[in-house]
Amino acid sequence: MTKRTSTKLSELEIGKEANVVAVHGQSAVSKRLMEMGVVPGVAVRVVKSAPFGDPIEIRIRGYKLAVRKNEAQSVEVAY
Amino acid sequence: MKDAAPQPHAFKQLNVALAGNPNAGKTTLFNALTGLNQKVANYPGVTVERKHGVWSVGEKEIKLIDLPGLYSLEATSLDEQIASDVLLGKIDGTPKPDAVIAVVDATNLERNLYLVTQLFEYGIPVVVALTMIDVFERQKHEIDIASLSRLLKVPVVAVNAADGRGAEELESRVEEVIGQVQTTPLEIDADAGENAKIFARYSFISDAVQRSVKHNDKSAHDMSEKIDKLLTHRFFGLAILVGVLLLVFQSIFSWAEVPMHLLEQVFGAIGDGLRSAMPEGILADLLVDGIIAGVGGVLVFLPQILLLFLFVSLLEDSGYMARAAFLMDKLMSRVGLHGKAFLPLMSSFACAIPGIMATRTIENQRDRFATILIAPFMSCSARLPVYTLMIGAFFAGQTVFGFISLGALLMLAMYSIGIAAAIIVAFILKHTILKSPPPPFVMELPPYRVPNLRTVVQNMITRAWLFVKRAGTVILAISIILWALAYFPRTGSSPSASEPTAAEAVQMQNSYAGQLGHLIEPVIQPLGFDWKIGVALIASFAAREVLVSTLSIIYNVGKDENEESTTLIAAIRDAKDSAGKPVWTPLTALTLMVFFVLAMQCMSTLAVVRRETNSWRWPLFMLGYMTCLAYLGAFLTYQGGKLVGLQ
Repeated sequence: MTKRTSTKLSELEIGKEANVVAVHGQSAVSKRLMEMGVVPGVAVRVVKSAPFGDPIEIRIRGYKLAVRKNEAQSVEVAY
Repeated sequence: MKDAAPQPHAFKQLNVALAGNPNAGKTTLFNALTGLNQKVANYPGVTVERKHGVWSVGEKEIKLIDLPGLYSLEATSLDEQIASDVLLGKIDGTPKPDAVIAVVDATNLERNLYLVTQLFEYGIPVVVALTMIDVFERQKHEIDIASLSRLLKVPVVAVNAADGRGAEELESRVEEVIGQVQTTPLEIDADAGENAKIFARYSFISDAVQRSVKHNDKSAHDMSEKIDKLLTHRFFGLAILVGVLLLVFQSIFSWAEVPMHLLEQVFGAIGDGLRSAMPEGILADLLVDGIIAGVGGVLVFLPQILLLFLFVSLLEDSGYMARAAFLMDKLMSRVGLHGKAFLPLMSSFACAIPGIMATRTIENQRDRFATILIAPFMSCSARLPVYTLMIGAFFAGQTVFGFISLGALLMLAMYSIGIAAAIIVAFILKHTILKSPPPPFVMELPPYRVPNLRTVVQNMITRAWLFVKRAGTVILAISIILWALAYFPRTGSSPSASEPTAAEAVQMQNSYAGQLGHLIEPVIQPLGFDWKIGVALIASFAAREVLVSTLSIIYNVGKDENEESTTLIAAIRDAKDSAGKPVWTPLTALTLMVFFVLAMQCMSTLAVVRRETNSWRWPLFMLGYMTCLAYLGAFLTYQGGKLVGLQ
């Protein structure tokens, strides 16, 4: 088994494919993220960041989602 | 099972709810099924729109209710709360639906099905309407509808939302399930935590989709991604956004002028026609100066509203609006606003009314209200005549450093003061009465699509009609009140035919409006204003540009003079107070301009805010705080100006 690198979604390199490991916290944001399909196991890729650096665009379950970086912090991913 | 009992619904009016994610084609399907046979109102006590219509199938008529676009039914937003309440039959005047049509976008199946798994738990029979199947097949994906239906344990019907193909099958499936009690095919532990439940739903969905859909991986990075490369590009994306805004701006600022002038002329002609056809007297005056002018004042906004909503619908339905919000969110979030507030605020530079109506795209209510409350600070086109008159009278032809026109500089200053005030007020509001945890900016970037013409036109018409119906009545009533204030009490002396303008001026002085002007004179004296300016301020509450015609009446130059009139400009420059000193100085003009930037002098805006926030509290608050701010701003300008020796 290869060792996987774990990081936050907000720090994931642009273009890199990863899998969601966990969505932390009980806030409205983390719940909304999960409802939008960001649940453990799912594949996710950061497409780009907005011109002023925030928010970021991610691709998940075949569609695109914009999230602010501080919201993406609660999502732990691994690749 | 169907013939086990007499069909209980045979004579009953069927109520069917339409539920689905935003961008799933729900509104398009609703329009295709109901045609023009639909009504829009608000749910009692809230600003969430309640849309319902009649779906005619042969001789049968089904009452269709269009729920707000939803990602979830877990009640984190007002829309979700309302939708959930409708499904539970908890809303007055909205019967519990007999069935739910779940609109599901085939190209975004997993996330769309999440809502469906929640719908299962309401006990109301569900039929899935699969939209965008044409796009799905063009991308060379394959779906086994029968298998999906088997796994979900509900009927699944492919429909074409644009032309209603599949509607008949949809209707017969709905009829079949009426009276059944919906159960859920999922096994979810009732005691599980919220996150565990969400996870369980998505696990079920992933499994069902895997077993019924064959995705073509090659088309995953589709057209939308290519378009996005340009439209959300670091540099070109922003340049294109500016271009789009310019276009929108240009249209409501200048293209709308033509029909607006036409409407003004038509109402002028109707007024003149009535005036000559009726005997002189109060009835003719009320009809012409009160009612016709009031109705005209309402309808004159229609071209701007129609045009802005044409653009808003096009931008929204094509998927661009979400990109604009994506580009601007960082800047907007600095003052605590949502990226989606950008376009409504920009539109408000032309007119706050369509701008405020366009805030409906902002889901979070507090964000939306904060945007509404600051929208009138954007210097709208109605302020231009005031700026033009003041600059024309006191600053014309002057330059700074020999080449910058002082007038242009002042104009820029007025726009900047408005923007600065908006930023400061937004910041304060978001930290006080509209304080809320930063709303999740978890926003879908939907695939680009060619907007459905029918939906766009219907949206335009609905907005325009809502404005006329709701705001129109208020505007008309206030117009009549303001007319009466200037009309009564009548000055006894009969107007001399040779000097009708003098008679008008005397009437204005003695009217209630004139008396009010005298009454507020002590209050506005620290701003350098006399009672005549006071009268003009009161009258311009109806609409800012009325200042010009009111000053014309008061200064005895006839009410038909416009802001570039040399006679009006001369009259203002020559006006002397009782001591023989000039009433107006450049400083007075500057103070008046600052007052107009900050003051809430537009009853139409207030009427629209009343309608959009569903309470008088917000428009009154808006009027109150903006008037205070305007007074403060004008006071500081005048007194500060005097201190530094300005005249």
